[in-house]
Amino acid sequence: MKTLLAAAMTIAALAFASPSLAQTPPNVLIVGQIAEPKSLDPHAVTAVNDFRILMNVYDGLVRYKDGTLEVEPALAESWTISDDGTVYTFSLRDGVTFHDGTPLDAEAVKFNFERMLNEDHPFHDTGPFPLAFFFSAVDTVTAADDLTVEFKLKEPYAPFLSNLAYPTGLIVSPEAVKQYGKDFGRHPTGTGAYKFAEWDANAKVVVTRNEDYWDGAPSLEAVIYRPITDANTRIAEMLSGGLDIMVEVPPDSLQQFRSDAAFAVHEQAGPHLWFLILNAKEGPFAKKEIRQAANYAINKKALVDNILQGTAEVAAGPTPPAFAWAYNDGLSPYPYDPEKAKAMLDEAGYDGSPVTFYVTEGGSGMLDPVAMGTAIQADLEAVGMDVKIETYEWNTFLGKVNPGLEGKADLAEMAWMTNDPDTLPFLALRTGAWPDKGGFNSGYYSNPKVDELLEKARSATDQDARADLYKEMQEIVREDAPWVFVANWKQNAVTKASVENFKLQPSFFLMLQKVAKPQ
Amino acid sequence: MSAYIAKRLLAAIPVLFGLTVIVFLIMAMIPGDPATAILGSYATPENVARLNRQLGLDKTLVEQYVIWLGNMLAGDFGRSYTLNRPVIDEVMERFSATLVLAGTSLLLCSVFGLIAGVISAVRQFSWADKLITFVVLIGISVPSFWLGLLLILVFAVNLRWFPASGMFAIYGGGDLPDLLYHLALPAVTLAVVATGVIARLTRTAMLEVLRQDFVRTARAKGVTENAVIYRHAFKAALVTVIPVIGIQAGFVLGGAVYIETVFQWPGIGSMLVKAISTRDLLLVQGGVLVVAAAYVLFNLAADVVQTLLDPRLR
Repeated sequence: MKTLLAAAMTIAALAFASPSLAQTPPNVLIVGQIAEPKSLDPHAVTAVNDFRILMNVYDGLVRYKDGTLEVEPALAESWTISDDGTVYTFSLRDGVTFHDGTPLDAEAVKFNFERMLNEDHPFHDTGPFPLAFFFSAVDTVTAADDLTVEFKLKEPYAPFLSNLAYPTGLIVSPEAVKQYGKDFGRHPTGTGAYKFAEWDANAKVVVTRNEDYWDGAPSLEAVIYRPITDANTRIAEMLSGGLDIMVEVPPDSLQQFRSDAAFAVHEQAGPHLWFLILNAKEGPFAKKEIRQAANYAINKKALVDNILQGTAEVAAGPTPPAFAWAYNDGLSPYPYDPEKAKAMLDEAGYDGSPVTFYVTEGGSGMLDPVAMGTAIQADLEAVGMDVKIETYEWNTFLGKVNPGLEGKADLAEMAWMTNDPDTLPFLALRTGAWPDKGGFNSGYYSNPKVDELLEKARSATDQDARADLYKEMQEIVREDAPWVFVANWKQNAVTKASVENFKLQPSFFLMLQKVAKPQ
Repeated sequence: MSAYIAKRLLAAIPVLFGLTVIVFLIMAMIPGDPATAILGSYATPENVARLNRQLGLDKTLVEQYVIWLGNMLAGDFGRSYTLNRPVIDEVMERFSATLVLAGTSLLLCSVFGLIAGVISAVRQFSWADKLITFVVLIGISVPSFWLGLLLILVFAVNLRWFPASGMFAIYGGGDLPDLLYHLALPAVTLAVVATGVIARLTRTAMLEVLRQDFVRTARAKGVTENAVIYRHAFKAALVTVIPVIGIQAGFVLGGAVYIETVFQWPGIGSMLVKAISTRDLLLVQGGVLVVAAAYVLFNLAADVVQTLLDPRLR
């Protein structure tokens, strides 16, 4: 008995004798992530969580200019586009090497795209490559000489450059892929500002300063990414001093960090849209007036202020304002006007038949979907619409919504984060994007004018011309109301006050090249 | 004895296989698939079908099961779709973390549960007994995930005595004191309920034993009170308590699922939660198999210890 007691005491004493809580060391940045990365192969992943690491380890041919979604040179110093918009010729930066010492050249770039796109490429089985369709317009990639690479497209495709700036376009070391095969995702090798050092499963991913970085070595010695899936634990870890940065702070806790001088809160609007898909093929929402009535009936201001507590802004149309050049700022959100909604419903002959509403429990970019769904239900019921909610877990939800709402539901929640003003409308608003044709237009919206504008915008090589086409598209879509446009999310992060030069990007990526933390 | 142990282990094999069949069926019944989980919002039915084909999930359930069983018997548990690494590596790594947490908790709850129970019984109706009974009642009633959050708030956020999460310091550390330091809060949280159960049971068992004839005989023979309590009564009471500790081991292992999530402990519980939500069938299968095997072993160990302590059972 006494020995047992003694043993217990020793354990307790040992525990208390440990060093007091280690604060994070200087020049090392500890980032609280929302999950363990799936893979550090940029071609194999789709989650923003993974992108936050990848963008610091790899470079693409091009990248988004600081604070914008406009493209600027990165590994490619310059490029030319043929007049017909189908041939892109990139001149690569001279003297750049991958972290494994092999040179970045045209052959390496060619390898990257062929690995993703050609099913008979010897390293295609190191995939799957879920976003390879971003480059499905690419016909051939040719290495003209060591530092010149030429992409031939099947047809003009204007979003090509911004897709190259997306993580799916990041350039990996072919030698490392050959060496590690399917395990490449655990041995990431790029040209980025930080070199991969260690992936301690379920605990951390460590990257260290790349002294030879072509764009100037970063000031931090290392960045450590810690996966902490539980939001409360993440907040506790931040408050107790174990993290320097945490991302995706729940709205409830933002206020607490705002009122404490030891922390700095960062917010940045991004290319995100939270919306309701309305079933335009059958049921009440087949009528335009009823779709518009739904837009009037829902108090979006109350949703973003009360449920999202100011972490989002009311959306006016299908394109988020973050795409500054392509955004039609003449559009205003449908105002909250339940009386008008009621009148419109009466006029359209809505008979009060119940509608089915798909709500998800969570999911990428979905903010607080259950609370949002319930509030929307209340707003619609206030104007006389009988709404039945069906709630599903995210994967199940996608499995139900993506194949189309026909015969199942009248409206469904959805959110998208994209990198180009083309992506969302092209994949989710065209007639050619109905689910049976392989797209995401789950509400079967169809307007030949919108189809035409979107096709034209794709092949326009002049940005101003593209912008005009998108702006016209937004006006038509707002009027047709295939969706209820609800909110554009402002992403957030909290840093310790001692973290310098930190900035969130509209791309939602976490760019840490310039960040410093001297103490 | 060894024949008994061997027989019990052999009997566990059909149980484990039955379990894998059930897990396969349950995973097939819940909607959603790994391809949708991997592709996220970009999951068109066409892409989902293609990826499922690549992952070999377009085969019938029976085929998938037979392939999995064959590979597993050859020592290959497959590769996780979502983590892109061998299932066995992930499961063993996670399970050892769980064992550290559950083992420490089990040690804590056995030691403190037994001590509290014995004191309570020996000093029946004293203030110590009343205090222990009261604390035990609270311990049994408190939901452990809530207790976990409370401990984090007090000892990590406010007092900063212990870390809020993780198994080792993120920078430096990695030695035994570092591990114990990180273990303190989750292990205590996990141990609280089981400590209460064991304390209660020990008290009852001790009271029962202390009233029996052999104790009276021992006292009459002039054996010292300490010897009566610890050498005679406690040993007899243990026979009743040990199987309960065995069952508690199972509960501690189960409770670890919540606690691991709250404290971000990299154990098998938090792995399973994630693997189920991403429909990572092979990972779920491997994880469940290991946990089930551990259950079988714990129960076996409890039975063996009980048999050793109580010759009548032989």
